Amino acid sequence: MNNCKKILLALAAVFALVSQAAVADKLRIGTEGAYPPFNLTDASGKVVGFDMDIAHALCAKMKAECEVVTSDWDGIIPALNAKKFDFIVASMSITDERKQAVDFTDPYYTNKLQFIGPKSAKVAVDKAGLKGKAVGTQRATIAGEWLEKNMGDAVDLKLYDTQENAYLDLSSGRIDLVLGDVFVNWGWLKSDAGKEFEFKGEPVFDNDKIGIAVRKNDPLREKLNAALKEIIADGTYKKINDQYFPFSIL
Amino acid sequence: MQWDVILQALPKLLQGVVLTLELVALSCIAGLIFAIPMGIARASTRWYVRSLPYGYIFLFRGTPLLVQLFLVYYGLAQFEAVRQGPLWPYLRDPFWCAVITMTMHTTAYIAEIVRGALQAVPAGEIEAARALGMSKTQTLLFITLPRAIRIGLPAYSNEVILMLKGSALASTVTLLELTGMARTIIARTYLPVEIFFAAGVLYLLIAYVLVLGFKLLEKVLRVDTGQLGR
Amino acid sequence: MIDLHGFGPALAAGTLMTIKLALCALVLGLVLGLAGALAKTSSSWILVYIGGLYSTVVRGIPELLWVLLMYFGTVNAMRALGTWLGRPDLELSPFAAGVLALGLCFGAYATEVFRGALLAVPPGHREAGLALGLSTVRIYWRIILPQMWRMALPGLGNLFMILMKDTALVSVIGLEEIMRRSQIAVTASKQPFTFFLVAALIYLSLTIVAMIGLHFLERQASRGFVRATV
Repeated sequence: MNNCKKILLALAAVFALVSQAAVADKLRIGTEGAYPPFNLTDASGKVVGFDMDIAHALCAKMKAECEVVTSDWDGIIPALNAKKFDFIVASMSITDERKQAVDFTDPYYTNKLQFIGPKSAKVAVDKAGLKGKAVGTQRATIAGEWLEKNMGDAVDLKLYDTQENAYLDLSSGRIDLVLGDVFVNWGWLKSDAGKEFEFKGEPVFDNDKIGIAVRKNDPLREKLNAALKEIIADGTYKKINDQYFPFSIL
Repeated sequence: MQWDVILQALPKLLQGVVLTLELVALSCIAGLIFAIPMGIARASTRWYVRSLPYGYIFLFRGTPLLVQLFLVYYGLAQFEAVRQGPLWPYLRDPFWCAVITMTMHTTAYIAEIVRGALQAVPAGEIEAARALGMSKTQTLLFITLPRAIRIGLPAYSNEVILMLKGSALASTVTLLELTGMARTIIARTYLPVEIFFAAGVLYLLIAYVLVLGFKLLEKVLRVDTGQLGR
Repeated sequence: MIDLHGFGPALAAGTLMTIKLALCALVLGLVLGLAGALAKTSSSWILVYIGGLYSTVVRGIPELLWVLLMYFGTVNAMRALGTWLGRPDLELSPFAAGVLALGLCFGAYATEVFRGALLAVPPGHREAGLALGLSTVRIYWRIILPQMWRMALPGLGNLFMILMKDTALVSVIGLEEIMRRSQIAVTASKQPFTFFLVAALIYLSLTIVAMIGLHFLERQASRGFVRATV
């Protein structure tokens, strides 16, 4: 028995080597890295964007050393609970369903959902106007949830692994509309690829609070909340905000 | 293990199974149709007939199915010409993109099986057919191919199982086949173990039924040839 | 030639990761495959049953599902194991999960390859070993395994090529190998065709290198036999 335990311990040591076991004083930030301008991966492999700037500012306030870990979006909550990282800063909406799996900090910005589509097409953003339209959005997002709940029987819903892939299909004409976060849509519309597209109608859902997810009952939540209050109070937040958007998104 | 979650997810997962079966059936049948001429050309003794299928097979067997799928689905749409072209009504649909990619992929593998089977047909049988005055085409159609089908059938059944598993990749281009459905359900329930377990069992069941079906087919074909022999 | 938008080094790093992943999974897969084959050819029915169950179940479920299951589904098991060992933080990184999933799948197919090769060693050799008074372990180690290796090599080579392409699936759980790096480059450049084509070319060159390596290995392994037939 003891021998067996020793062998397993050796195996575990090997795993620890390859699995970068959690180091106590180093916090790991989970994000997606495919959601510009909030989080995206640049050519050197570094994850940058609004979420990352906020996360690093929080780490600085908490005097903690942080490193960034990326994960596929639809696996990001399971990965948090699997301790692949300690908190998620990935523009995640606070929803009741997610609250059953994780805890959230206070919101760090407020999002709206709005449709975008080609300038050439006239679309009324209601059940009748959207009937039969192919609408794309990312899998496991509130936009997808909203569409399923409110337009489920009217639209042809397409779920993508990343928001970027939904945009690719919007520009190729595979889908008629994308429903997404208004600031992300805003960023894409400003880019080269988004030239021929525009917002359609008014925001359909405008009180989408974005928070940082932590594991259930993790004391880290309180520390993050305190640090968030500090960066908002001392102007750090505004500085980051202004780098990305000419309006406040708080 | 929360069994009630699995039970609740089952109707949706079964919907996914239907789409998975459609993908596999279409691509494996179309793949077989394209692969037979390609395999015959690949087995040719003339190098210029042989080289084109060889290149095709090499390209498609040397790269991952996932890359091929992304190239067809996201890659082709990069070009204005494709988006204006006559094939766009099909290429804009993820279902047809998946079917086209899986067909092209499996064609390469089946063509190799066809070649191997053709070359495994005993030379004496072909000589006998020629000695009886059959033309080359007749020999191919009535002697070599029927023999080769029997020889190649076990390998073909393996390939069908491989495509069944390959069809899981269609979940990456918005299709809600079994794996896509499982991932979508997990996005809502956050219970990966239960749902993936259920999906895994369903895959095993499909594979089991397919293997049984092919065993039966092999038996039928054997009996057939046995009677011919008498 | 092709404009990589500054993502060249990132793709090179991804290639290195792919190679590391494939080699680690190969080692694990060889061990599992050999164990599976020894179990399946042993005289104990329990071992035969376990070996059969392993190769059947693993081969019937998509590799993508194994990768997802390994990453998201092992959390509780790893925690239980970790607590028992006094290290409750035990977990699998995407790399470790990828190695386990791909090694598991490789091992299931390798079980069949090794089994075939084991059975192809003439029983007389084993009897000769027994007659010389060697122990079972020594018979396997000195007589059967060295001969089996030569016969298993072509089959294992094929499996390795498949394994190398399957590494693309680990991109789904965020490991930054070729596929994931290409997707990141697509996000920045909006040129899916270019980058997925580059990814395809990288996989193709890896396949070519593996084929050449395998050719030399096979020649090395069968050198005594080549001379004997001349």
